[in-house]
Amino acid sequence: MATEVHSLQELRRSASLATKVFVQRDYSDGTTCQFQTKFPPELESRIERQLFEETVKTLNGFYAEAEKIGGSSYLEGCLACATAYFIFLCMETHYEKVLKKISKYIQEQNEKVYAPRGLLLTDPLERGMRVIEISIYEDRCSSGSSSSGSSSSSSSGGGGR
Amino acid sequence: MTPGGGSGPMKDCEYSQISTHSSSSPMESPHKKKKTAPKRKWEVFPGRNKFFCNGRIMMARQTGVFYLTLVLILVTSGLFFAFDCPYLSEKITPAIPAIGGILFFFVMGTLLRTSFSDPGVLPRATPDEAADLERQIDIANGSSSGGYRPPPRTKEVIINGQTVKLKYCFTCKIFRPPRASHCSLCDNCVERFDHHCPWVGNCVGKRNYRFFYMFILSLSFLTVFIFAFVITHVILRSQQAGFLNALKDSPASVLEAVVCFFSVWSIVGLSGFHTYLISSNQTTNEDIKGSWSNKRGKENYNPYSYGNIFTNCCAALCGPLSPSLIDRRGFIQPDTPQLAGPSNGITMYGATQSQSNMAAATPLLQSEPSINSEELPLPGKTSISGPCATLTLGQPTPPSSMPNLTSETGLTDMIPLKEEHEGHQFLTPEEAPSPPGMLPSGSPITHSHTMHVLSLASQDSLHEDSVRGLVKLSSV
Repeated sequence: MATEVHSLQELRRSASLATKVFVQRDYSDGTTCQFQTKFPPELESRIERQLFEETVKTLNGFYAEAEKIGGSSYLEGCLACATAYFIFLCMETHYEKVLKKISKYIQEQNEKVYAPRGLLLTDPLERGMRVIEISIYEDRCSSGSSSSGSSSSSSSGGGGR
Repeated sequence: MTPGGGSGPMKDCEYSQISTHSSSSPMESPHKKKKTAPKRKWEVFPGRNKFFCNGRIMMARQTGVFYLTLVLILVTSGLFFAFDCPYLSEKITPAIPAIGGILFFFVMGTLLRTSFSDPGVLPRATPDEAADLERQIDIANGSSSGGYRPPPRTKEVIINGQTVKLKYCFTCKIFRPPRASHCSLCDNCVERFDHHCPWVGNCVGKRNYRFFYMFILSLSFLTVFIFAFVITHVILRSQQAGFLNALKDSPASVLEAVVCFFSVWSIVGLSGFHTYLISSNQTTNEDIKGSWSNKRGKENYNPYSYGNIFTNCCAALCGPLSPSLIDRRGFIQPDTPQLAGPSNGITMYGATQSQSNMAAATPLLQSEPSINSEELPLPGKTSISGPCATLTLGQPTPPSSMPNLTSETGLTDMIPLKEEHEGHQFLTPEEAPSPPGMLPSGSPITHSHTMHVLSLASQDSLHEDSVRGLVKLSSV
């Protein structure tokens, strides 16, 4: 049982997209961006519950930080208003800075935690902040791929759009 | 770590570092599209919007009234600066044109910002999401809906102790977040939808509400300012030369006075109304429908309000500005899945909500026939938006060729210019080092050129984007 190493590209060449799981938004706090920490059953066999929850909680923390209404956001807002919002031409908003952090974090999580398990997180920003999309790949590097719990949807092979 | 069963060998496969260069660069798309120019996302945007300056500017389809607004403001202010200010600055103080100039600058800046920015449009669901939602709804409903149209789908959430119903939008194939609504004029779901304003030629929603409020507030000040000083001008002149002579000497003042007189009532009234809305953290939509009014029940209260006026105002005006979710200027990935289309063109369910405030706030525009009036506007409330409609005067409306466009591109385009650089900078440090422990000997790090060959699945390039953390923030 040699340890095979796959790059993510080879993963996609050899793996087929089995299914996607969507983690929906949690609106119980209002309109702030939070995601549900409920563990999707399809991931039962792929990743530990605790790792997944930690990822979602960290993301929720980032979004809460981005949308935090406090001293610095007031300052930014007042300064922007005073300059008739022209200051946004030169300055990046606090929200955008946090989004960059989130992006880095998701990439790091993908590298360290999710890709080794044949999973892939999609940045919620690319889905309109509606869902965290988790793609589950079936790896065919060994014959007889594991079909534990994940049904091959029609999107396997991915060409059918 | 490894799941049970025969998946042991598979789970020993380790995945090395993530792909490198951006596949979203325009370089790649022409190869795929056989040398046709790569398309930006705004070109295939499913909503009814108009885009200018290569996606930097976004407006509603019908912009005639916006041009009227522009003309009214420009002409009145121009006449004021040209005819009244010389006399006034001489007789009273030069601070008058200075203050007027600042006010005018502020009005134009906020108007263009309101009109040109993304109000908070929610992108439509990807086919995968839509299918997943449909599946969940079918499970929830028992899925015995054969040929007839399934009942409206709703989800209930408890927000701060108040039960809020989330409705499913058939056009966008999503459950609308709380406070979002579907604008039938623009055919988009908009977050924190306030109303569709024909005067600014755009919807007013989460991302441009503060600009809209500052616009009407500063316009109130400007109108009152011009009106007051035009009257002062005429009075001063008539003290010297008599009233009729004063009017003859400065005919422009008459015109300005008339415009301002009629505008003051509506604009100041509207400012007052929106000040009330902001301080109670409601949208026009909610206020008109009476969502949080006590008349619906003693236990009905606004779950979004922070409790005191000051915090509500600060949150609405000085809160963080969320980025645009629709990424207008991003390039379409070669195999990007097309967004799920509207279901048989039935947008009426989603449209009824916005119809009600549409009727109130946009009497000048034709709206789509509304079938169902489960949410009729309360009759008493429509009068508040009435003033909006009274701002009509017999002014010819030569279509302005948007003279401020060129100056405005700067306003709305700052972020893409920056972020395209930052995006690439962002990538490079991430690409090079391989994550420790993931690369035993013998396996080369794949480079981007291999990736071009590998985009088999339609979602692959999208995933690569996300995996690389490529966040494409479009302009405001």
